Amino acid sequence: MARGLVKRFDETLAVDGVDITARRGSITGILGPNGAGKTTTLRMLLGIIDPDEGNRSVLGHADPKDVARLIGYLPEERGLYPAMKAIEAIAFMGALRGLPLAEGRRRGRELLEQYGLEHAAERQIRKLSKGMAQIVQLLGTLVHEPQLVVFDEPFSGLDAINQGKLEVLIRSLADRGVTVIFSTHVIAHAERLCESIAIIAGGKVPFAGRVDEARDRIPAQVRLETSDSDGPWRAALPEATRRVGQFWYFPLPETGIEPLLRALIDGEAGIQSLSIERAGLHDAFVAIAGEAAAADMVTTPEREDA
Amino acid sequence: MDAISKQAGRLSLWQAAFVVARRDFLAILFSRAFIFFLLGPLFPIVVGALAGGIGAQVQSEALSADVGIAMPAEDLDAMMQARDELAARIGPAIPPFVELERLEEGEAFDPVAVLEGREGRLAAVVTGTLEEPHLTAPEANIGRWSGTISMIAATATRSEATSYPTVESTTVATSGARENRGRYQTAQSGMVLLFLLIMLLAGMVLSNLVEEKGNKIIEILAAAIPMDAVFMGKLFAMLAISAIGIAVWGAAGATILTLGGRSLSEFANPGVGWPLFFTFGAIYFAMGYLLLGSIFLTIGSMAATVREVQTLNMPVTMAQVLVFFFASLAVTMTGTWIEFAAMAFPLSSPFAMLARAAVDEAIWPHLVALAWQALCVAVFIRVGSTLFRKKVLKSGPQGASTKKRRLFSFASGKNS
Repeated sequence: MARGLVKRFDETLAVDGVDITARRGSITGILGPNGAGKTTTLRMLLGIIDPDEGNRSVLGHADPKDVARLIGYLPEERGLYPAMKAIEAIAFMGALRGLPLAEGRRRGRELLEQYGLEHAAERQIRKLSKGMAQIVQLLGTLVHEPQLVVFDEPFSGLDAINQGKLEVLIRSLADRGVTVIFSTHVIAHAERLCESIAIIAGGKVPFAGRVDEARDRIPAQVRLETSDSDGPWRAALPEATRRVGQFWYFPLPETGIEPLLRALIDGEAGIQSLSIERAGLHDAFVAIAGEAAAADMVTTPEREDA
Repeated sequence: MDAISKQAGRLSLWQAAFVVARRDFLAILFSRAFIFFLLGPLFPIVVGALAGGIGAQVQSEALSADVGIAMPAEDLDAMMQARDELAARIGPAIPPFVELERLEEGEAFDPVAVLEGREGRLAAVVTGTLEEPHLTAPEANIGRWSGTISMIAATATRSEATSYPTVESTTVATSGARENRGRYQTAQSGMVLLFLLIMLLAGMVLSNLVEEKGNKIIEILAAAIPMDAVFMGKLFAMLAISAIGIAVWGAAGATILTLGGRSLSEFANPGVGWPLFFTFGAIYFAMGYLLLGSIFLTIGSMAATVREVQTLNMPVTMAQVLVFFFASLAVTMTGTWIEFAAMAFPLSSPFAMLARAAVDEAIWPHLVALAWQALCVAVFIRVGSTLFRKKVLKSGPQGASTKKRRLFSFASGKNS
């Protein structure tokens, strides 16, 4: 979808050779801390700005403008005309993508109804709550029934209930064959929703691929609980083992768990419990993008309404 | 572009401009701001009328001055009588006389002391006799009244009453001088109206853009349609709004004239005639607005905040005022290089040409000027929309370059 995208603003290299691929009908997350280059990458994908280097292909077209009516975009900085009625705002956003106003109003009412906001149709945006206004904008993004939807930090500003509703909506879009790309700095959303991710840090993409592949970058962690604290069996534990009380933590050996388990049993380690824990996306992110980038990320959804 | 691309691609420039213009037009039309816009011309008219009335009153008070008279009693009475007789014929050019003192024979009078006492509204003092009147006054008033006093004294010394023949008169609708003066007044009024309207609209389109940037909807527009279309949509929406405004103001003006029993035929006929004058007025207004509106919109695209807009807006507005003065000057200098320069310079051309339509009959210069202005409009819109596209998404707090923000901070007096 995008190969080697480069974008400079004056002397600043904002994006440095980004590669991203999103399969049709999939959900792809672009993860990165603030200022990593997520928005610039999305803007290049959408044709809002052109890359200085590299090429892109959106829905099979080299120029995203050629398929603009098939794309829906929700920018990070939400914007609506405050004096406009909700239904008119949705229809206007559809009209920008070539949908006739009357059809936009009809579909807009249906969408509002689906979202339980039919009562807000004739209300001015300025009279809606922030969350409701955001949903109106979201519906405006979808009213022309796009084949590719790009959300820039879609969960930002939504309360927990609406974040949940949005997750459901994103899944339903993908179920209908719509390709969804969203950027986020909340790892949990990506972990729950995405089939594939691209991690952006410092304008580069150190990883792009399936979520499973990202997790597999870190070996699974073994958690062993023993009744004995010492004995000849300890020689069987890998070098990187950490001890916390009765627990021993170490990466799953490349040879698998069975040889190690046999050595522990033979050494009478007094195994109380043993579990193999697959690395979470956060750990994978830390391993791929580094501690500094991970420090700006949020592992679990924020209480945006707080 | 293949068939699918055509169907799925962005709206064309004009389609997208129409979508933006339709939204802006309806949003402004149904806003309270539109009511104020319609009432807009009332404010300068009311303020102008009030200021004119007060100014005239102040000037009349300031200019009214008495001439004191101190003469022997017989001469004084004769002077007073002669003054009244002449004032009845000539009018306010004869100053009012104030009796200061009836002098006895050989009695001295010091007019300098009276004037230096600065009492009342005395501007001059007449002493001496009918045969040898003496005027004491500041230099300007001596030049102004010495002839008048001489004439009054001459009238006062006549032994017989002057017989004034009755002047028969025939009233005509106009004269060359009156027509000429009327045309210049029409030219001046037309230019002022054009200037006020254009500035009002250009300001409104700028506010509209700033509001839009504040609403952060600009990125949604940028993602969906060409930015040139946003620029043009905004520009033409305001032009359409102004068309409604002009229709309302025109209808109101015509109604007022009709109710007042007046018609355009009472006013000096513009060089090209009223119908063409109004037509040219509308076209020159559109040209002038599109030229200045393009500049204002481009400025708006480069600024991130209302304060920055004001900072940049002010020098442009002042420059436009200068351009207007330049065009006004050119009206009085027909046939000179100043007039040609005013007609050729794009920003003053609409004003200068409207003035020309008022004072000159020739039509071909307007066709040439309109072609030139249309070319300039196309260039201004093209350049403006290109800059708009480049700048509008960069002018947010993150996008503005450090150098530019420093300049704005300096210009707007921000310390931090």
